[in-house]
Amino acid sequence: MAEVRTETMTVNMGPQHPSTHGVLRLVLELDGETVLSASPTIGFLHTGIEKTAEQKKWQQVIPLVERMDYLSAQSNSMALCLSVETLLGLELPQRVKNIRVLIAELQRINSHLVWLGTHGMEVGAVSVMLYCFRERELLLNINEMLAGFRMFPSYMRVGGLREDLPRGFHDAVRAFLDRMPQKLDEYEALLTRNEIYLERTQSVGRISKDDAVAWGLAGPIARAAGVEYDVRKDFPYLDYETYDFAVPTRADGDVYSRYLVRMAEMRESLKICRQALDRISPTGPFAVSDPRITPPPKDKVYTEMEALIQHFLIYSQGFTVPAGEVYVPVEGPRGEQGFYVVSDGTNRPWRIKSRAPSLLACQALERMIVGGLIADVIAVIGSIDVVMGDVDR
Amino acid sequence: MDSLSLVALLRESVPGVEIESAPSLDLQSTLYVSRDHLPAVARTLRDRDELTFGFLAELTAADYWPREPRFELVYIIVSIAGRRRVRLKVRLHGADPHVASVSAIWPAANWLEREVWDLFGIAFDGHPDPRRLLMPEDWEGYPLRKDYPVQIRKTPTSAEPLQMTEEEFRANVMKDRLTRG
Repeated sequence: MAEVRTETMTVNMGPQHPSTHGVLRLVLELDGETVLSASPTIGFLHTGIEKTAEQKKWQQVIPLVERMDYLSAQSNSMALCLSVETLLGLELPQRVKNIRVLIAELQRINSHLVWLGTHGMEVGAVSVMLYCFRERELLLNINEMLAGFRMFPSYMRVGGLREDLPRGFHDAVRAFLDRMPQKLDEYEALLTRNEIYLERTQSVGRISKDDAVAWGLAGPIARAAGVEYDVRKDFPYLDYETYDFAVPTRADGDVYSRYLVRMAEMRESLKICRQALDRISPTGPFAVSDPRITPPPKDKVYTEMEALIQHFLIYSQGFTVPAGEVYVPVEGPRGEQGFYVVSDGTNRPWRIKSRAPSLLACQALERMIVGGLIADVIAVIGSIDVVMGDVDR
Repeated sequence: MDSLSLVALLRESVPGVEIESAPSLDLQSTLYVSRDHLPAVARTLRDRDELTFGFLAELTAADYWPREPRFELVYIIVSIAGRRRVRLKVRLHGADPHVASVSAIWPAANWLEREVWDLFGIAFDGHPDPRRLLMPEDWEGYPLRKDYPVQIRKTPTSAEPLQMTEEEFRANVMKDRLTRG
């Protein structure tokens, strides 16, 4: 019998593939169904936000950075604000800190819900997607209440928040917090012990603890591999040390562990939200009282000359930030996030650089899929939760 | 361990190192290292038992044109066990911007160095895959440099033709059939 000649096949996956979460291109070399090598190509969504930001005034940068990682908009703007506020040397009112914690945790739940929905759908559980988007709608409604914009509210400002909480905010958030635990049970009932889901995810896309650290992975991916690193615990900001919550970790580092970690994280976030909501009084300061940075109340602008001048200065020239460099890390939904900000003492940033957790996750993707099956590539891409807007910026 | 004892420890383990600490506003100490000593310092920071800076959180650059030395590279590293952060900085002259790659020390640096090369034109010696990361392969110039012109119009180009002629396509199919036997 003649020897059968075999050869490997090269398959181009993406850039427009529904399960690459945007425009990621993978060139896969296959031997049958086994992946021999994978080379990701990125940059299709590169919009030069960091260069654009150098032309904008400080407050104008906020809507720009919200569009980088479009599933965690308010975490991005909060990280930028914290960096700039450190340069300015501002001390935030306690109420602002509490509101920011609440919004950041709601954003984390929001992001994880989108992740769970899309990941579930990709491995075949379409109903999970419908359920997750049902609850996410409530969070988008809360965003709409805050600022009139559902995806990118731009509610954070350097020095605090854009305006005070709207009427009915507490009730809306509390209704969501009361509804959510039972909905999480519902998702878990669909997936956690689902035989098909376990087959698709257990021991798939593994990464070891040492590799996770070496490749710069943070957040749920690293914690699913046993790395106990959470910026909220290790380098607390916004008084996170005063909140009672746990950091869930797993040891296996596979797709299923990432699922378990994120589900547990949502429950912990609900706990933090409840504590933060109890601390927020219905009325009070929503920004620092610094006339250089915070615009005066509207009724004074119409009646007092000084307030009008101040209003005009803030909206035409902005404010200057002392020269220096700063990087304040926060724990975003996808891991350590932060902005390296350089100021030259003018009213525009000299350089801003976003730490993109998705970029590093995308870089480590190759290690997770080589040696596995091509069908698992979809499950792994879903599990690392890349947002291509954050990868390319 | 504060910045001063960290500097002392690095001076002791890397002989002849040029290193200085700078004041910083945030919770990470800032250290300036000379270009030639970067790999040795990086390796010490990662491998010493009392340091264990195994996590490279960020690697980026800033352009201070027209000042010289023009570029400053920034490495933000974290010791997860020691709950400590250090910002390592390297100054580079605009005439000859290159530095040794640290991707063998922190694998995460691979794409981050490619991004810096892509956007600032700083070369990394010994990098395993020195290509552009975000911009097209045939792009001219380095967009995040301060002397890069903004608001210019450029006609889009492409590295390879996206369409092939019918003859080329047929020739390709024939070649494929022949090699498959």
